[in-house]
Amino acid sequence: MQQALLDYTLSLSDNALILGQRNAAWCGHGPILEQDIAITNITLDLIGQSRILYQYAAQLKGGDATEDSLAFLRSEREYKNCLLVERPNGDWAQTILRQFLFSCFQRELYTQLTQGKDSTLAAIATKSLKEVSYHCRWSREWVLRLGDGTAESHTRLVKALENLWPYTGELFKGADYELALGLDPAMLYTNWLSAVQSTLEEATVSLASLTSCFMQTGGKTGIHTEELGFILTDLQYMQRTYPSCDW
Amino acid sequence: MSSHNLEEQFQQKIDQDIKIEPKDWMPDAYRKTNTRQISQHAHSEVVGMLPEGNWISRAPSLKRKAILIAKIQDEGGHGLYLYAAAETLGQSREQMINDLHSGKAKYSSIFNYPALTWADMGAIGWLVDGAAIMNQVMLTRTSYGPYARAMVRICKEESFHQRQGFESLLVLSKGSEEQRALCQDAINRWWWPALMMFGPRDQESTNSDMSLKWRIKRKTNDELRQQFVDMIAEQIKVLGMTLPDPALQWNATRNHYDFGEINWDEFWQVVKGNGPCNKERLEARKKAWEKGAWVREAAQAYANKKNTGTKAA
Amino acid sequence: MKQFIKKLYYGDIPDAGSGTTPSNDQQPRTDWPLWEVFIRSKQGLDHKHVGSLHASDAQMAIENARDVYTRRQEGVSIWVVESKHLTASNPAEAGELFEPAADKVYRHPTFYNLPDQVNYM
Repeated sequence: MQQALLDYTLSLSDNALILGQRNAAWCGHGPILEQDIAITNITLDLIGQSRILYQYAAQLKGGDATEDSLAFLRSEREYKNCLLVERPNGDWAQTILRQFLFSCFQRELYTQLTQGKDSTLAAIATKSLKEVSYHCRWSREWVLRLGDGTAESHTRLVKALENLWPYTGELFKGADYELALGLDPAMLYTNWLSAVQSTLEEATVSLASLTSCFMQTGGKTGIHTEELGFILTDLQYMQRTYPSCDW
Repeated sequence: MSSHNLEEQFQQKIDQDIKIEPKDWMPDAYRKTNTRQISQHAHSEVVGMLPEGNWISRAPSLKRKAILIAKIQDEGGHGLYLYAAAETLGQSREQMINDLHSGKAKYSSIFNYPALTWADMGAIGWLVDGAAIMNQVMLTRTSYGPYARAMVRICKEESFHQRQGFESLLVLSKGSEEQRALCQDAINRWWWPALMMFGPRDQESTNSDMSLKWRIKRKTNDELRQQFVDMIAEQIKVLGMTLPDPALQWNATRNHYDFGEINWDEFWQVVKGNGPCNKERLEARKKAWEKGAWVREAAQAYANKKNTGTKAA
Repeated sequence: MKQFIKKLYYGDIPDAGSGTTPSNDQQPRTDWPLWEVFIRSKQGLDHKHVGSLHASDAQMAIENARDVYTRRQEGVSIWVVESKHLTASNPAEAGELFEPAADKVYRHPTFYNLPDQVNYM
């Protein structure tokens, strides 16, 4: 049970960290200064979430584990983030849609956790939920602007949807540690889908061609895409090059 | 009223330290000088995001990562405040950005130096932001109201930047031998470029300076540079590191530190575009702007659709 | 080195001799509109002008204002108005607009001398 809780907490923090790491690449490179600042706020929220979650995980793990040893010193196969968050930034459409799909999921997930048995996770979820609601709102508005903006933005959003949709199935497929804790993510699917679907419809984008698409899985149990190795190479560079230092 | 009278009244206001506001009459040259200086300052903030931005993905701890992101984001905010101040003088942000991308407008040369190691994040915060703050504190009293107000806001936020830089170096200075070496190396590389940020020596100024007369600037380059050297020469003792200048020495008669000669040839080469990263920095800015074009258009198109939609309803 | 040197300041870099030729191909203007931002710093205080920003619509202007101007909890409420909708008084008319109030000293409480017993009034 303790192991399941640890794995579960790590999966939550890995999701936040890896998406934060991805989004951070926009800092200084956004389409306009105002939006550069906006997405960076989301990045900071995600890094912040990952930190409190890793701190809790370190406490669960005991020994000399710290937020940084967990974030920086595990191997590829030990990260439990879903595949969706490690997808490349691509263009603004792909980044926005990845955020939207994930934030909508995170909103359902954290809402579930606020009612959960573990009081620490419930407290973290309650605090993070305000941030996540804003992420949903911000990314939703961008999905609408892109879907119903110009012909080019519409095409790009549709392309992004085709790229990312195969990674959404995994979100709702319970890993052993989720099921062991009685937190089956399948329960979140209906709400998530209806939020996503209504926004996409409003954005004049159809999901029809994707309903039977094959879903990629594996991230939750450490079978990642090739992308993760490169992300970790950057992420872990300093900790690996200069072991056991304080920064 | 003749323009001569207007100019006299304008100068009287300046002399009495009354701020000039956007709709007030001002000499064309005052408008131009301010537009140029404020937009360059804005460009410097935005280009300044790039060298540090390179290290976000590699920051050594989650805490440092968050601090670095927040700091770089602040710089974006500062660029934004400054663009807004310049826009009150009648130039659009888009025009300013085009001028940056075409090479017509300049930004601070310091950002054409590479950020090579993690310790550079500390050195940039401590030395580069430290030097910038000296200028910026003075600019909070500049004569053009919107510029002065932007600087007040910026200075409030900047003090965290310099402090985090120093603190990050302090940790390195107390760390392993490798960390101390990183720290010293970063200081060695950033010291002289930081001194160059104050511009050429006063004695090389050949023309009468309108910037001082108009109180856009209130201290000379050399005054500010000296103030900076005096401050850093003391602070570095806390780090137990050294500044790469054998001529650096306390001068009891002057009550200031003496210091060595800046390599002015290097200074002018970097200004001219021959710094180590001039091309990369400008390319990165252009690429972001060009790749963002369709995004900006889409948002505009969407807003237009919704506006007409509401009106029709 | 023979160089015409103008005094330089931070954010004041010479235009000449940059080694890059200014290009003339100006893009058509596609700037998002400019918005003025007003922030209430805490409950009970007036909204105060803090600056401006660009946004494609009002909703985005509010959100951009939140991200740009309240990163350090500077606000509890935001107003935005598109800059073109603001009308400002003309500084050249400042005399006729504002100076007539200068000699109405009797509008100020300090104009009235009262006995000590009631001077807290």
